[in-house]
Amino acid sequence: MSMLNVKNLNVWFGKRQQRVDAVRDATFEVARGESFGLVGESGSGKSTILRAITGLAPNWSGQLSIDGNPVPQKRPKAFYKQVQMVFQDPYASLHPRHSVDQVLGETLQLHGFRDIDNRVVKLLDDVGLGQKFRFRYPHQLSGGQRQRVAIARALAPEPELLLLDEPTSALDVSVQAEILNLLTDLRADRNLTYLMVSHDLSVVGHMCDRLAVMKSGEVVDILSVAALRSMEASHPYTRQLFEASL
Amino acid sequence: MSNTQTLREWLLTETPTSRRHAKISAFYHGWLTLRSNTMAMIGLGILVLMLFVAAAAPLLAPHDPFTQDLGNRLAPLWSDGHVFGTDSLGRDILSRLIYGTRITLYIVTLVTLIAPVAGLLVGTVSGYVGGWTDTVLMRITDIFLAFPRLVLALAFVAALGAGIENAVIAISLTAWPPYARIARAETLTIRSSDYISAIKLQGAGPIRIITKHIWPLCISSLIVRVTLDMAGIILTAAGLGFLGLGAQPPSPEWGAMISEGRRFILDHWWVATVPGLAIFTVSLAFNLLGDGLRDVLDPKAGD
Repeated sequence: MSMLNVKNLNVWFGKRQQRVDAVRDATFEVARGESFGLVGESGSGKSTILRAITGLAPNWSGQLSIDGNPVPQKRPKAFYKQVQMVFQDPYASLHPRHSVDQVLGETLQLHGFRDIDNRVVKLLDDVGLGQKFRFRYPHQLSGGQRQRVAIARALAPEPELLLLDEPTSALDVSVQAEILNLLTDLRADRNLTYLMVSHDLSVVGHMCDRLAVMKSGEVVDILSVAALRSMEASHPYTRQLFEASL
Repeated sequence: MSNTQTLREWLLTETPTSRRHAKISAFYHGWLTLRSNTMAMIGLGILVLMLFVAAAAPLLAPHDPFTQDLGNRLAPLWSDGHVFGTDSLGRDILSRLIYGTRITLYIVTLVTLIAPVAGLLVGTVSGYVGGWTDTVLMRITDIFLAFPRLVLALAFVAALGAGIENAVIAISLTAWPPYARIARAETLTIRSSDYISAIKLQGAGPIRIITKHIWPLCISSLIVRVTLDMAGIILTAAGLGFLGLGAQPPSPEWGAMISEGRRFILDHWWVATVPGLAIFTVSLAFNLLGDGLRDVLDPKAGD
């Protein structure tokens, strides 16, 4: 059974003349427990696919199904318990007036958990932040620490599928490695499925099992990471992308 | 360990042990920031003094503010028993000022409780929901903004009847549109940000998003605007009083006192000047405190 099934997905912005088709006819499948990468240049519609899956981009057509259940236009609460997302920029994804405790506490409360105190403590430990960060505000944290908080927030409802929207591209190199290792460990511990967007092929090569290549809104190629490593690409655009990233 | 820790260390700790501890600690940090701002402390001092004067008016006032003494009208400053002199009916100006503090505080408090809250509500809903709701609410706001403030307030008071409560309602009705505009502008920049998307992904509804996530970010700019508007609010109340539609004589409202003294301003300047200085001092105090509060309320400017 596949965890995520995307079939003929179209996403567009604007109406009539101003309509822009950001994603056209995208079809791919992510197996349970798999880590799947979406790569492509800026503006190719990678992030838009994630936003369409979560409902943040409201104009979409096609079929989306999570764990075999079709996703309706209006997402039920149970959907967000199953699917969570980590945003690209940790400087923009945390509310500037909410402490770490408030961010995690509110998330847990919204998902109907009871033992919030214990869970906040555990989440912070899980993402490698100690107790002393619990009552800090975002401006008192570094970029990497913020992204750890954002990951903790995404993990709070105990999701099965985690959507990662370039989770390390706003961080500097040494911190990138830390966050990627954290994500790898979490996936092993919690048996998560990842759908990861990146423009960095080495990150995808490190993190993913398979990847899809996107170009101007379309999925042009789907291949395994083994093929990426051995540079065996069938599609000319994929080859071009590989050569450009050498 | 907590026995050896001083209270100050407990308040300034980097690692609070409970939610309440963190709150108290954050409050103390805010207080320290405010305290380091001398001007804000001056403003706060004046306002605390004003509160004290309003509360203890009967004890502090040397005379009854309503007792007339026509034999001793328009007494100059520093005259016998009347430090700030007397007005056209021989009433002690100092005593009237002291009692007037109550009225001024009353008006200012009520207006600041009504107008910014109404503006915040309209502005954030309009900005967040968008579409038709936004169009309708913003056109209503435009209609209110299109009238000169005092004229609109006059119309409302004329419809509602004279008196301080109605003056407050009229001023609030004319004061909310700018707040709605500010709140809407702020909401438009906030609503598309990632942290709002993130809380949507936790299944939060629009009411929770507006009240818990958007309001806290709009409030600091509103507070600044409110403190800057304080002088205007006091003066509008005074203007209504002058036209016989606000505070009714013999109530010692500061604005009404000025307009009463206006007739003698060339020969007996203190009758209008002393309440004028009082309004000036209070407005200044609000402005100074507002500036300081903005620094405290904006955590990004914290360090």
